[in-house]
Amino acid sequence: MAHARLSPRQYLILGLVSLCAPLGDTCLSRGMTNMPDITLAHPTTLITAVITPWIALGIALLIGFFASYLTALSWADLTFVLPATASGNVIVALFARFFLHETISLERWAGIVLITVGVGFVAQGPSLTEKQATPALADAADTVKEQTR
Amino acid sequence: MTIPSPAPQPGFWAATTMIAAIVLASTAGEVLTAAAMKSIGNLDEIRARCGLKGAIRAVLSCPLFFAGVSFLTLAFFALLFALNHMNLSLVAPASASLTLVTNAIAGKIFLKENVDRRRWAAAVLVCIGVYLLAH
Repeated sequence: MAHARLSPRQYLILGLVSLCAPLGDTCLSRGMTNMPDITLAHPTTLITAVITPWIALGIALLIGFFASYLTALSWADLTFVLPATASGNVIVALFARFFLHETISLERWAGIVLITVGVGFVAQGPSLTEKQATPALADAADTVKEQTR
Repeated sequence: MTIPSPAPQPGFWAATTMIAAIVLASTAGEVLTAAAMKSIGNLDEIRARCGLKGAIRAVLSCPLFFAGVSFLTLAFFALLFALNHMNLSLVAPASASLTLVTNAIAGKIFLKENVDRRRWAAAVLVCIGVYLLAH
């Protein structure tokens, strides 16, 4: 069944996907810059990085992202979910501008406009590709319908 | 707390290899995960019918899901490795924007999704937008 229009709950799930991923990445970045250099000769250092506070918070946010992402993928196409959730980049940039009072260059404003237009573009289309049922599946569905009558 | 001085940035080919590893692993992971979720069905409906445990059981009993998670784990450690050598302002936008394009191609080829002109345009606009945000 194609969902041309999403419910408010489904928009909320897409919002969670948008927010949790960039916030999680930011926490990971903060945690990894505090770590000593990691080389391929000592890959186990990557495992110990997981228990540091910033990395742990980043992982918690990314788990929230993953649960929302899986839910979104169960009712929408991958090629719909990915552009539709790109607004997270815009949210982080606006957060940096209005709460952290960082300067946003003209290029960044152009990037924000392009992402917003791209998200608006894809969000107006259908969220799921309608698949034609194969004859075998159609027969099975008919049998089930007859049995439930 | 003292913030360590920034390490020297890697060369072009080392940076390209690190970003390519993230992009390839996350594309494989996302396509496999999307295929798994499509085969399972609408999680909201499963949760309404069988509860949260039923939904979790449905996800955990799908082998494709674990294949996807394996590649996503690989992408995660590739990201951690890259973040240790490069700035987030380069790694995150570069890998995110390239992954959008590779996923659109992989979605069309492997998932048979209807990637119409609207979706291609959105992928390209978001890709350029993410690139501009990083500068």
